Amino acid sequence: MEDYSKKVMDHFFNPRNVGEIEDADGIGEVGNPRCGDIMRMYIKVKENIITDIKFKTFGCGAAVATSSMVTEMVKGKNINEALEITNKQVAEALDGLPPVKMHCSNLAEAGIKAAIDDYYKKNGKGK
Amino acid sequence: MYMKELIYMDNSATTRISSEVLDSMMPYLTTGYGNPSSIYSIGRESRKAVENARELVAKALSCDTNEIYFTSGGSESDNWAIKGVAFANENKGKHIITTSIEHHAVLHTCKYLEKYGFEITYLPVKSNGIIDINDLKKAIRKDTILISIMYANNEIGSIQPIKEIGEIAKENNIYFHTDAVQAIGNIPINLKELNIDLLSLSAHKFHGPKGVGVLYIRKGVKISNMIHGGGQEKNMRAGTENVAGIVGLGKAIELATIDIEKKSKYLITLRERLIKGIMESIPDTILNGDPINRLPGNVNVCFKYIEGESILLLLDMKGICASSGSACTSGSLNPSHVLLAIGLPHEIAHGSLRLTLSEENTQEEIEYVLETLPPIIQNLRNMSPLINEK
Repeated sequence: MEDYSKKVMDHFFNPRNVGEIEDADGIGEVGNPRCGDIMRMYIKVKENIITDIKFKTFGCGAAVATSSMVTEMVKGKNINEALEITNKQVAEALDGLPPVKMHCSNLAEAGIKAAIDDYYKKNGKGK
Repeated sequence: MYMKELIYMDNSATTRISSEVLDSMMPYLTTGYGNPSSIYSIGRESRKAVENARELVAKALSCDTNEIYFTSGGSESDNWAIKGVAFANENKGKHIITTSIEHHAVLHTCKYLEKYGFEITYLPVKSNGIIDINDLKKAIRKDTILISIMYANNEIGSIQPIKEIGEIAKENNIYFHTDAVQAIGNIPINLKELNIDLLSLSAHKFHGPKGVGVLYIRKGVKISNMIHGGGQEKNMRAGTENVAGIVGLGKAIELATIDIEKKSKYLITLRERLIKGIMESIPDTILNGDPINRLPGNVNVCFKYIEGESILLLLDMKGICASSGSACTSGSLNPSHVLLAIGLPHEIAHGSLRLTLSEENTQEEIEYVLETLPPIIQNLRNMSPLINEK
């Protein structure tokens, strides 16, 4: 089977920001257990900045690695910057993903967006 | 990583070629390069080697040498058996019966035949992965020309009631093909006692080389050729013989079937220790397949809340080679068709782990796996969003 990059393996074996945030300001869940991957993102937001982020993921090596990578990319950024992060950027930050695994990076982008969406809803800001 | 540190438990995928098998092949990869169809001495030597291998296979299966045809492996044998019988007998009928848990070499061949007007019945299996013999009886029609049911399943190890299926096929005058790729070398097979008309096997599943297999065709079976060309294999399968591969297959099947009862017993001891150890140490685990009617070396379990590929990557870090039926390991979005056919929901099927043993595995390796696996499962469950409802 096609190799994962060293970075993917690093983020899979040592995932960053795994866990939950008890008093999260936004929680987003994407994916579907039928397809074998679910990503749940928890964010803390202070003055429009994502000050903390944690994730829980059910999925393959690429799903875990993209979750981990996207949390690193988003942490400390303001919300607008976080919303601009694309699948492609996540995959590139991991030095690429095997073609069959590209859909896993979609989840990372969608997961962040879902968490921010939830934050907006909770704060009555709408989109 | 040193080879000796590798714990290989994926013997249903392929096996390590044994040194005796390799030694038997070497002359035909070096000095003995003659074409078996040539008249001079090194050609005749190759011919002798091929025919000697054919005898070894016939002896191992208790059949006649002229019922053994060498192929490029299990997939070719399955393709040949099914398409060959279908096209040679379509004047009698165009209905074929198989199961929903066959290897893709059978399932995709049947799908292909559907395009040519053949009708296929895919029998369901019970939750233990075994067909209900009454379903087979009910599926038989006047125009049924072939029943193709695997001997033992490659994923969950379930063994089908081959003797009964053979009897039913015979009573109804229908050809019976069995894909025995996983069974050969693991359970004794005596073709004299079974009404099998066609049987597929592959050398690399029993410590032989890759790229060589056999289709057993009972004398009198009406079957078309699939590979057209020269007159090899009694005009039935063209192509210069893979002499070294065939010699290796002969040696491998000889070794695999000597003392097969003793080997089976040993594997069952290892398997039972492994299953018991996993079930006792890891909660929320399901054993897939039949607890008793299963391949001696097959362990297949599902760990709830986690995904299979992740388990494999972590096991690989610890030097353990295994496989899974998760979507991510199959390259599609669906988990294994076999796990779905036994009624598992998708999310549970994604968390499957298959460990398949050979006689080269040891008690110590089993204990190492039993020490290594629980923390890996716990680690992944800690990361799982499916498990926080506590």
